Order: sequence, then structure tokens, then C-alpha cells
Amino acid sequence: MKQIPAPFWTLVLGIVVTLVSLWVGQNHNLLPEQASEQAPLVDDLFNVMMTIGTALFIVVQGAIVYSLIRFRQPKGDETDGLPIEGNLPLEAFWTAIPAVIVVGLGLYSVVVFQEMGGFSPGGHHGHGAMVAMAPQQSVIDIAPLVAQAAATDEDIFSKTQVYGFGASPLVQMNQPDVTVNVTGMQFAWIFRYPDTGITDGELHIPVGKDVQLKIEAQDVIHSFWVPQFRLKQDALPGEPGELRFVATREGTYPVVCAELCGSYHGAMRTQVIVHSPEDYADWVASRVAEAMPTTTVAQPADAATDAEYLAGIAPDLAKSPVQIAQMTSMSH
Amino acid sequence: MAQADISIKPTELQGGHGHPDKWKWYDYFTFNVDHKVIGIQYLVTSFLFYLVGGFMAVLMRTELATPNSDFLSPELYNAFLTNHGTIMIFLWIVPAAIGGFGNFLIPLMIGARDMAFPKLNAIAFWLNPPAGAVLAASFFLGGGAQSGWTSYPPLSEITANLPQTLWCVALIMVGTSSILGSVNFLVTIWKMRVPSMAWDQMPLFCWAMVATSVLALFATPVLAAAMVLLLFDINFGTSFFKPDAGGNVVVYQHLFWFYSHPAVYLMILPIFGIMSEVIPVHARKPIFGYKAIAYSSLTICLVGLFVWVHHMFTSGTAPWMRIFFTISTLIVAVPTGIKIFSWVATLWGGKIRYTTAMLFAVGLLSMFVFGGLSGVTLGAAPFDIHVHDTYYVVGHFHYVLYGGSVFGIYSGIYHWFPKITGRMLNEPLGKVHFVLTFIGTILTFTPMHNLGMQGMPRRVAMYDPQFAHLNQLVTVGAYILAVSVIPFYFNVIWSWMKGKEAGPNPWNAMTMEWTTDSPPIIENWEVLPVLTHGPYAYGMERSDEVGPAGEPLPASRS
Ligand code: HEM
Ligand SMILES: [Cu+2]
Ligand SMILES: [Cu+2]
Repeated sequence: MKQIPAPFWTLVLGIVVTLVSLWVGQNHNLLPEQASEQAPLVDDLFNVMMTIGTALFIVVQGAIVYSLIRFRQPKGDETDGLPIEGNLPLEAFWTAIPAVIVVGLGLYSVVVFQEMGGFSPGGHHGHGAMVAMAPQQSVIDIAPLVAQAAATDEDIFSKTQVYGFGASPLVQMNQPDVTVNVTGMQFAWIFRYPDTGITDGELHIPVGKDVQLKIEAQDVIHSFWVPQFRLKQDALPGEPGELRFVATREGTYPVVCAELCGSYHGAMRTQVIVHSPEDYADWVASRVAEAMPTTTVAQPADAATDAEYLAGIAPDLAKSPVQIAQMTSMSH
Repeated sequence: MAQADISIKPTELQGGHGHPDKWKWYDYFTFNVDHKVIGIQYLVTSFLFYLVGGFMAVLMRTELATPNSDFLSPELYNAFLTNHGTIMIFLWIVPAAIGGFGNFLIPLMIGARDMAFPKLNAIAFWLNPPAGAVLAASFFLGGGAQSGWTSYPPLSEITANLPQTLWCVALIMVGTSSILGSVNFLVTIWKMRVPSMAWDQMPLFCWAMVATSVLALFATPVLAAAMVLLLFDINFGTSFFKPDAGGNVVVYQHLFWFYSHPAVYLMILPIFGIMSEVIPVHARKPIFGYKAIAYSSLTICLVGLFVWVHHMFTSGTAPWMRIFFTISTLIVAVPTGIKIFSWVATLWGGKIRYTTAMLFAVGLLSMFVFGGLSGVTLGAAPFDIHVHDTYYVVGHFHYVLYGGSVFGIYSGIYHWFPKITGRMLNEPLGKVHFVLTFIGTILTFTPMHNLGMQGMPRRVAMYDPQFAHLNQLVTVGAYILAVSVIPFYFNVIWSWMKGKEAGPNPWNAMTMEWTTDSPPIIENWEVLPVLTHGPYAYGMERSDEVGPAGEPLPASRS
């Protein structure tokens, strides 16, 4: 072994670490399946970070474990180690490397975010017209919540300040194929389809279509999350939010509330069902054929128990999501 | 730099009950102005609160052993969740790391007889027990605050109003305490170093406390403001954050995180300071890159003030902010990395003693590498969108808070216990403590990352049954952590009474606190020490070996 020079071992180690990290970065299986156009973008970013992270972890952890074994105090040796206090080139090196890595990751994040539409949240979407970003209104200008609840959808979403992810800049100017108004309330999601008047407790969307969710909260902050879409947007009372995405894979996926919204926050779960276009058309047709809920809500939240309230606004809700059952049991 | 007057008062005036060099047990329950007494008061109370917060964690994990909420009611779960977080941060880490170690060590490390404002110091401490009492009362008057340690309105304005109000009051109290403490640390370090100690000869713990205090002074008032506004909204009909009356819910989040993100650096910077003291002593090498470590603390302090919006990527964030705060968040990784590399380089080529203090320090290094890397992933906004408010985040911040802060506090206790009490802790027991803690931490907090990525949100009392298995694993880990504190508390109590006498400098360390008796006498030194070597002069030629050092200063008392 004595003959083999240190640079050789460094090289071998470097190659091994690189290979292991690359493998881990691609094969960690930590993320659930991908079901939206955004998901692969996010996952690629994560895989890159996973690769870099694994490499750094092995190197630093390796150095720690190696030191612990190699540099432990020899028995009976009470002397000190060599007094090495610093090494400027070395310090510059390990300041520069992480700096380059994080700036690189930062730029990559920005690019991904750009493609996801993170930098172009929905502008003004009122009246179905295409409007470029209008000047922001003052944030103070918020209609009272109760009035909003009684107003038409258009009024609710006609503000110009919309938080969330718009579509990517390419799609931004197009009309979405499907628009759904999403309302979070303790402890359920209500999905309303303005084009057809359908109201449901589960989200039904067609695969491969440009879907726009207009997200609002009725009472407290909730957060709309579909892990398989890698998308999350808080539903803020008084502040409209938006998600725009294309689902890429048929199936049923959980819709999770990710912001603490009260005692039954954990039970605020429902499903998004991604249909083939034909199934989706069937679903719409069958729902339209059924008796449609009469009008929009006029009953303020505090005038009824949650269960009555929900029953009032969405008669069909009780059939579907599990948690409604739980809610009825907790009348307080 | 002249010594401030306060440090050279005759001993008798400081009130030693006729025993000028010894405290009585009851001195620790009084409004004592000695920095060492105050430091011990902080440490002991914080370790009591640690048990309370830990007890709540164990109850939560018991609940989470099964998918349904069958052990605690959801309301109670949320109350424990809220108070666990609040207690762990505001009544455990901050008082232990900043109040405890800071007060005990800073004057000793810089050769001063006390803090600059001893009475203010005592006031700062005595704000903490009532804050704890107020939190405890909130449980009995209405079931405890339930809206998480972040207490976002409108939820915090509509659930459990009275307990929520008390919660705000408690936070204002601890916030005030931390502001008073910070002023004191800054003035003390600035004005009261022994004249022979230049800035760049200060122990790194002092640098860390400078950075911590600056950060606390900038950030804490903003928290206090948020608390006052919230309190007014709840009780006096204002509507700062009420969306249905013209308020804005996002403003609260800005105010809250403007404090609370820097607060995580508040918690970790003193721990970094502890690391920089413990590692060189037990590795028998000078700290590698003194200046790099000192300046990186200041960099973290500065950049740390500009990253808060990364907690709000999914709520109300303007597009330009996402760019700015993604980049600034990721940049914090650089100074943190510098520290980690410097510590590893300090280990390299040393003669490492496997003391419990060192084990915890190295354990912290390993944990922090992991927690730091997951932190970088969270800084990248697109990925953060996916895992924000999930167990991934819970896993990440417990890696940093448990694997970082708690390990650091343990390490500091094993290291300075001989100085604080005059007796050694039992090492074999300490090693049992370490092994249990290390295994427990990994087992508890690693699977949380998987849970979060797979789709489990945080702050839930009930969850999708598909997550049951990993949660059971986590719960087992939590029980191991609960058990791990038993050898520790036993060790501390037993060794304090019966442990081996330590002598002034059992570790053969070089910083100034080791030049006085253990425990240090009232007013710290008979005659103030003179700096004869740097804080980390291991392996170097030095005029005096270990032990009480130096000539009396011309300026000190006769
Ligand atoms: C035995 C050790 C511990 C266990 C088992 C534990 C467990 C937990 C659990 C189950 C949660 C709820 C997570 C959620 O649903 O969001 C939580 C939250 C939290 N924990 Fe711990 N924890 C431990 C120690 C600590 C320590 C030492 C600290 C800090 C010093 C800490 C700080 C927090 C904070 C700040 C929260 C967030 C509370 C909130 O969301 O309002 N924990 N912990
Ligand atoms: Cu919710
Ligand atoms: Cu929720």
C-alpha cells in the first residue's frame, strides 16, 4: 500500500462517492408518483439536490468518522495535537465550493419556478376575459367576508392581487380548459364548477387539460395540497389564490389540508379524481342531470353548525368524502 | 479599554451572607444579581421546562401511534402541540443556551467580575418563571392555546380566546427578557473584557453571543409587536388581521417570521459557540479558522434577517420575493458550512478524547450535516412548495433543534458541569445517555422526512392509515428519547451532590473561565486574570501551563 500515492486514493474515493451519489439521487424512491406537469420539474430539482446532498453527506460524515478513529488519543499520551490554526487556501476553497453550489441551486430553482408559473401568479381573471397583469389594488381593499360569501363567484375572484402559481408564461395568456372554484372551510373542501353549476366535495378533472383552481377560504387559513401534483397553495380568507396545472395521469389522489385549521385539521382530507376526457364528460353530464344545488350560499358560517352549514351548501357532499361523516359526529 | 467600575466592587457588597466565596442553596431562589447564580437559575428552570415540553411530545407521539385520534381529543392534541413548541423554543432552548450558558460563561470568559447590569440581568431571568406559569394557567383556563406556536390568525382569533391571550402575554414576557439580556451581553462584551484581551483573542462563544444579541435586538421587538396586535384583535375589537373587517392575515405572517426565522439562528448561534469551545479542548488542537468562525457568526446574523419569507412560499408571496428569498436562504448555508468544515478540520490531526462532552459535540456535527442539507432543500422554493407544512419540515427542524441545539446543550453541560458545580459528571452514565439520545434522535426524526414527502401533513392528530407503520417507528424512537433523559437527570443530581471533585481545570483547557476555582468564587477571581495566551493555544509553547494565571492588574482592587 505504501507505494500507492495519496492522490490516487483521493481520486478513487472521489469516483466512488460520485457514483454512489448519482445512483442515490436517481433511485431514492422518496417521492410519490408524479401526476402533474409540474411534478417532474420539482422531482428533477430534488434529485439534483439529493445527489449533491448525498455526496456532501458522505464526504463530511466520512471525514468525521475517519478523524474519530484515526485521531483518537493514543493510550497514555497526554500531549496535544499539532497546533494547526488555519489554512487560507483551504478555507477559501470550502467557502467557494458551497457558495458555487448554492448559487447554482438557487438559479436552478428560479428556472424551475419560472416553468411552474411561480413567478407569474394569476393576474386578473374576471369576466372570462384575458387580461395581463393589472396594477395591484391596495391590500386594504378587502370586501367583508360575509358579503363575499353571498356574492357571485366573479366578485369573489375579481381582485387583481392573486397569490399562487399561475401557469407557466407560455400558457398564461390562454384560457384554462376547466376552472374550478375551491373553497376551504372547517373542515372540508368545496369544489364549484362555474360553467356547469356543479358543486362537489371531491375534485373531478380531466387528464391532460389545463386546469385552473381559484382558491379561497371561508373561515381560517387552509392549504390545498395534492402530493402527487407537488403543488400546494394556501387558501387565505380575503386573499384569492390560484393554482394552474395539467394533470398527466388518470387516477385518484388525496387532497390534503396542510395548514393547521382547527381541531379536525387532520381529518380535512378528500380526493382529486383525474378522469379520461370521456369519463370526465360522463361525470359532468351525470352531475348536471342530477338536481343541481339551487343557488350560491347565503347563509353565513356562524349561523349554523358546521354540519348543517355544509349540508346547506352542498347537498351531495355527504355522500362522498369520509370526513363529512366525522364532522357530523362533532356537533358543538 | 478600562474596566468598568462594577467589576471591582468589594466582595462584601455583593451579598454573600457572610460567606464571601460560597452561595447557599436558597440564594438560587432569590433575586440574586450574581451572573453565575442567574446562569444556574436559567439552566435549572429551562431543564425543568424541558421535561414538561418533552412530556407533551411523548403524549403527542402516543396519540400518533395510531391513525385515529383515540388517545387525546383533537383539541387537546393541538394544545399540547402548541405548548410543546412554545415551551421547547421559548422556555428551553433560548433560556438554556443564551440565558444559562451566556450568563454563566461570558463574564468568566472575558475576565469580568459580573455582567454590566447585574440587576437588569436578574430582572431578565425573573420574567421567565411567570411566563411559564401563565402558559400553565392557560391550560386550566380554557384548555390551552391551540393554534400552533405560529398562531396564525384568523384561527388564533377564533379558537380558545382566553388561553390564546395568555399565550401572547407569555411570549411578550419572554421576548422582553431576551431583549434585556441581549443589551446586557453586548455591553458586557464590549466594555468589560480584561484590558489585555483584544477582540480577536475572545473565545468564540463570546463572538457567538455578540451575533445572537444583535439578532435578538433587531428581531424580538417585531415579535412583541405582532403579539400585541394579535392580543388587541382578540380582546379589544381591533382588526389588524381580521379579513372580514379589513385586516390582512398575511401581515401577521410577515411580522411573525421576521422574528421567528432569525429566532432559529438565535437558538443555534450560542450552540455553535459551545461547539467551538468544546471541540478544541477535547481534540487538543487549536480551533481551525478562528476568524472564519467568528465572521461566519456575524454573516449568519446578517443574512438571517433576510430570509423569513421562505416560510411563506405557499401563502401570500409576491413573485420577486420568491426569487430574493430563495437565494438569500440558500446563502445562509455557506457560513454554516464554513463552521462545520472548521470543526471537522479541528478534529483532523488532533488527539481526540472520547469524553461525553466530545461525543455529544461530534454527534451534533453528524446531525447538523443532515439537518443542514435538508434545510438547503427547503430553501429551494419549488421543492419547498411540496413539503411545506408536512412532516418533512418537522423532521428537518427536529434534526436541527434536537440533533443540534439539544446535543449542544448536553455537550456544554458535560463540559462545564465541573466548573459550575465543582464536581465531575459520571462518564459511563454519560455515555449511556449519549447512545440512547443518538439512536433515539435518528429513529424519531429520520422517518418523518419520508412521511412528509409521501403526503403526511404536520399538526394532525389523525392521519391516513397508509402512514401508520412509519409513525409507529417514530413513536418508538420518541420513547427511547424519553428514556434517554433518565440517566442524564439522575447523573446531574447525583454528581452535584456526590460526584468526584473537579478542581479548577479538569480538562486542561485554555479559556479564562478555567483559571478560577470550581465553582468560581463570588466575583470570580481574587485578582483579575491577565491574558497570557490565546483561548485555543493547544500544543503551542506557552509561558504558564494551566491554573490560576497572571499578575494582579493595576486597575483592580488592592
Ligand atoms: C422527545 C423529543 C421530541 C419529540 C418526540 C417531538 C415531537 C414533536 C411532534 C410530534 C410535533 C408535532 C409536529 C407537527 O405536527 O407539526 C412537534 C412539534 C414541534 N417540536 Fe418537537 N419533539 C421533540 C423535541 C423537541 C425539541 C427538543 C424541540 C425544540 C427545542 C422541539 C420543537 C418543536 C416545535 C417548535 C414544534 C412545532 C410546534 C408547532 O407546530 O406549533 N421539539 N414535536
Ligand atoms: Cu383546513
Ligand atoms: Cu387544515
